[in-house]
Amino acid sequence: MNQLLKLADFSVSFATPRGNLHAVRGVDLVVAKGESIGIVGESGSGKTVLSRATMGLMPSTATCTGLVEFNGVPLSNLSRAEVRNYWGTGMAMIFQDPLTSLNPVRRIGSQLMEGLIVRLGMPKKQAQARAVELLERVRIPDPYAAMKKYPGELSGGMRQRIVIAIAIACTPELLFADEPTTALDVTVQAQVLELLAELRQEINMTMILVTHDLGVVAGQTDRVVVMYAGEIVETAATKDLFANMKMPYTEALMKSIPRLDQSSGQRLRVITGRLPDPTSPEPGCSFAPRCEYATDKCRAEKPPLVTTQTGHQYRCFFPIGGSL
Amino acid sequence: MAGSGKLHLRLDSDPLLIVQDLVVQYKVNRKSFVSAVAGISFDVLRGETLAIVGESGCGKSTLGKAILQLPRPQGGTVVLDGVDITALEGNDLRDVRPKVQMIFQDAISSLDPRLQVKNIIDEPLKVWKKGTAAERSIKVDNLLNSVGLDPVVVRDRRPYEFSGGQCQRISIARAIALDPVLLVCDEPVSALDVSIQAQILNLLQDMKEEFGLTLIFISHDLAVVKAVSTRVLVMYLGKICEMATPDDLYAHPAHHYSRALIAAVPIPNPEVGVDKIRVTGEPPSPVDPPTGCRFRTRCESASERCATEEPQLQEVGLGHFVACHHPVTN
Ligand SMILES: Nc1ncnc2c1ncn2[C@@H]1O[C@H](COP(=O)(O)OP(=O)(O)OP(=O)(O)O)[C@@H](O)[C@H]1O
Ligand SMILES: Nc1ncnc2c1ncn2[C@@H]1O[C@H](COP(=O)(O)OP(=O)(O)O)[C@@H](O)[C@H]1O
Ligand code: SF4
Ligand code: SF4
Ligand SMILES: [Mg+2]
Ligand SMILES: [Mg+2]
Repeated sequence: MNQLLKLADFSVSFATPRGNLHAVRGVDLVVAKGESIGIVGESGSGKTVLSRATMGLMPSTATCTGLVEFNGVPLSNLSRAEVRNYWGTGMAMIFQDPLTSLNPVRRIGSQLMEGLIVRLGMPKKQAQARAVELLERVRIPDPYAAMKKYPGELSGGMRQRIVIAIAIACTPELLFADEPTTALDVTVQAQVLELLAELRQEINMTMILVTHDLGVVAGQTDRVVVMYAGEIVETAATKDLFANMKMPYTEALMKSIPRLDQSSGQRLRVITGRLPDPTSPEPGCSFAPRCEYATDKCRAEKPPLVTTQTGHQYRCFFPIGGSL
Repeated sequence: MAGSGKLHLRLDSDPLLIVQDLVVQYKVNRKSFVSAVAGISFDVLRGETLAIVGESGCGKSTLGKAILQLPRPQGGTVVLDGVDITALEGNDLRDVRPKVQMIFQDAISSLDPRLQVKNIIDEPLKVWKKGTAAERSIKVDNLLNSVGLDPVVVRDRRPYEFSGGQCQRISIARAIALDPVLLVCDEPVSALDVSIQAQILNLLQDMKEEFGLTLIFISHDLAVVKAVSTRVLVMYLGKICEMATPDDLYAHPAHHYSRALIAAVPIPNPEVGVDKIRVTGEPPSPVDPPTGCRFRTRCESASERCATEEPQLQEVGLGHFVACHHPVTN
């Protein structure tokens, strides 16, 4: 396997008035070149912090420990400024809300050209031509006119395509997409996903896609990572996960989401309770307070990460369908 | 005016709500208007949950608010429980207002941040003089219990101390305080996390049964709509495209727009390929909508007739109506 990114025992905590908040806890993850990974989990489970911390995009209140290795280089040993050199060409990110990630008072063109000029050292003329090319690439009608517009003058779908154009401008090896289509209509979502899939093919881009949409996961990813309370609780090849989920949490999450392929008028399953307080982690399994299969053992002891022969990993004493 | 037909109205079934030829316009500048709702007719039977779906900007919220006469529509009639509320003025209109309530996507900002929860829910009761302070206080506690909140814990707290899901529960309690007959829910779960969504959807279902409510459920999430609705109205650029039961609509969409909309929903099954029916582009501006069928600029089956003649609703199956000159055949 041609390894692009490796996280080992990676943790992130924030200093808060209520104590240390453990947002990401002991994550081990290896991402191969060209792979597309989906990260799922409910709000607050640490998906965004994991992505941002990997890129070195953390506020000063955050403490990151463990290893982040990108293309064999341990980023965790580098200074902030050195990590920044990897932005754009090495790693890039698309955020959930396209409005907040664009500068509202700068024209689209100048925002697009910035990376090209600063990171790739392109002369202005060339950057301009490349920017137009990028806008065509993400199917913005009339790219010359779009270059002169401000973000507020475009629709949500167009703005998200601009954000994608900026993210891919320097052909990054790894793209983090944090809920890139959550704010969009299904029709526009379909267009944006198609575009991302094409780009992955074309420039062999690796993608880490954060989403709560299981349909998007099923259609766009090779492997799924399920996060709960800052930890990876299950990971498997996408097909394997959907056919054979092991974690009670994964199952509960999947069942609580309405699906188009279910008949109408059925009562939805709910996951009762909520995520544990991230400032005081549970001693045992973090899902125990909400798990219908929990025993005293689950509440007292932390379940280890089990890896099966197929590479399916889970963190549970009593996996669905028994252990393998 | 060129409506989209009324064949689908079930006037002999004594609907709770009958909307006919509704037009809502917004001023764009001194000279021009945009018709966000451009001549829509539909009805809702007692106990139904009518879902309204369509892309962002197609007029769903405008339609929902126009039913409440907020603001008053520029044309058409809204008949609630046999009373044409578009014809009412002053106190007469005021008297019917409690019967229709609305809840919104952004629950947190729709609640007054300065008020304690008990006062938020008591406010409509007080304004409408429903009982003494002591009676109202009991009612507030009952309402909080109904929406799954512990009155002892939440009464004295303020909205910002609650999560999005809890705020939505509070706004539901507030909306049902005056015993409405019709509840208009505008994207009630769109801003909520997946794990909370199901709880609120189930709660709405419970409220419907407990209080005998009829629901209008506005959403752009077709899977959510399938789970909760008994009938679905598909809107495009201020007009109705199609109306059917959810099972019928999703299995046999007859309008090219509905078909594309449904095909765009990703299926949570990695063994199923991605559907290739696509609508390209985005909806045209409602300021200058296409002639004839408003969807024709994005429709692969558009003919010359589609550019000149507005399609009227026709019945293609029992209770299944479509406004298209060349409906999809399955
Ligand atoms: N106060 C207003 N003034 C002018 N135009 C408005 C106003 N409110 C809405 N519009 C326009 O009316 C049309 C319908 O808007 P509406 O908010 O009803 O759409 P919607 O279907 O609810 O969309 P969404 O899914 O984004 O909530 C849009 O073109 C919108 O820009
Ligand atoms: N800058 C920050 N300071 C303190 N806590 C934070 C910060 N960012 C995120 N958190 C906390 O970290 C946890 C994980 O958050 P996040 O990664 O945003 O979740 P997700 O993306 O899965 O919804 C949450 O408890 C959140 O409140
Ligand atoms: S370890 Fe126990 S509590 Fe945790 S998910 Fe498994 S069964 Fe549930
Ligand atoms: S009326 Fe014509 S343009 Fe409109 S949906 Fe039908 S075929 Fe397409
Ligand atoms: Mg997030
Ligand atoms: Mg709306």
